[in-house]
Amino acid sequence: MSTDLTLAREPEPGPAVSRRSLLEARDVHRSFGQTPALRGAQLAVGGGEILAVMGPSGSGKSTLLHCLAGIYTPDQGEIRFDGQRIDELSDARRTELRRTAFGFVFQFGQLIPELTVSDNIAMPLLLGDVRRKEAYRRADAWLDRLGLGGLGGRRTGELSGGQAQRVAIARALVPQPKVLFADEPTGSLDSLTSETVMDLLVSTARAEGTTVVVVTHDARVAACAERTVMVRDGKVSALTEYEVAG
Amino acid sequence: MHTAGVSVPLTLLGLLDREPSHGYDLKRDYDAFFGRDKPLPFGQVYSTLGRLARDGKVTVGASEPGDGPDRKRYSITEAGRTEVESWLAEPAPPEPHLQSVLFAKVVLALMLGRDAARYLDAQRGSHLRRMRELTETRRGGATMDVLLADYGLFHLEADLRWIDATEARLSALREMVRKP
Ligand SMILES: Nc1ncnc2c1ncn2[C@@H]1O[C@H](COP(=O)(O)OP(=O)(O)OP(=O)(O)O)[C@@H](O)[C@H]1O
Ligand SMILES: [Mg+2]
Repeated sequence: MSTDLTLAREPEPGPAVSRRSLLEARDVHRSFGQTPALRGAQLAVGGGEILAVMGPSGSGKSTLLHCLAGIYTPDQGEIRFDGQRIDELSDARRTELRRTAFGFVFQFGQLIPELTVSDNIAMPLLLGDVRRKEAYRRADAWLDRLGLGGLGGRRTGELSGGQAQRVAIARALVPQPKVLFADEPTGSLDSLTSETVMDLLVSTARAEGTTVVVVTHDARVAACAERTVMVRDGKVSALTEYEVAG
Repeated sequence: MHTAGVSVPLTLLGLLDREPSHGYDLKRDYDAFFGRDKPLPFGQVYSTLGRLARDGKVTVGASEPGDGPDRKRYSITEAGRTEVESWLAEPAPPEPHLQSVLFAKVVLALMLGRDAARYLDAQRGSHLRRMRELTETRRGGATMDVLLADYGLFHLEADLRWIDATEARLSALREMVRKP
């Protein structure tokens, strides 16, 4: 398997693809009908890395995230997680991988508004056959970590945007995923709330050793990550961070 | 558009990198693209060209028939060209109010058929790095530090939005700066 990891044909010098990367896209193409969304996307994300993905609207960021997460399969190219081709797995095995190894945070609409904060956070554990009592114990342990202490019994439909996103983060992290995928997780929040939410996301992911791929338009959110790549016209390029004397 | 901070010598050199020109043409293009609120006096055009010639960055052609300093055509040298290229490629310090310098670079890069998006990315990179440092300072800092870091962060963020908007309009801008 390891010999497969050396890149024999790199279509263009993209961000470094290393042997230690946990997640890789290699020359990924994906179209929707006549619209090409990805055209040779190349990316490697290291284990435990916190990566921000930026780029103009319509450039292919969400499509890339969905391909990396095994939600979309590429038309061409490879997606590897932990050295294994996930684009070649059966639908059932990919769904299982997503459930056990990946967590997701989106801009809106992943919480069930009629259920309480604790119910929402415990949900993925209950679906994963964790016993009820244990699931709630683990869910409630997340409340304080994310500054949600005392809100466990509140319906999520009654939370502020920033509180709801913190619940979504807890819900995504409670099953201890290897990778957390976030698409505009702060897209509906004001700048300062975004930064608080992102800070919590980064610090908890770091404490858990979770790799994070976060798509964002917000530079303050990207500044909380460790590295930023740009997607343009369906391709990924590294953003070199020069240090310039002030 | 504030022009404070845009280097006149580098801008004139950049215009000469496009094609050899008379002082008059340089002043006209400078005023049109870089000096909208502050036209460049003729005197400064010629004194700047004189210094650039002394430093080996431009050469002065033979006087053409007629009077006055405008009879001479100036051309950029290899040394001048190198200077323009390194100025374009190097991101400016990520301080507030750098739009004028950045705008000048983008316009010149487009005039010279260079990859303006690449220069904008270099700037994005250095801005993000600075933002990362400020975000770090902010984390767990005292209120004063948080507020000062926020001031810097909001300005850098505004710059980055402007960089995004500029990138989105590069092709329109390219049309505009192209010589007829
Ligand atoms: N499900 C879909 N059906 C049809 N076209 C799609 C679909 N998803 C994406 N596209 C198209 O693919 C291209 C890339 O879309 P994508 O959503 O990946 O962009 P993005 O970078 O996430 O943009 P934004 O910043 O606006 O969210 C766009 O042209 C988009 O219209
Ligand atoms: Mg998107």
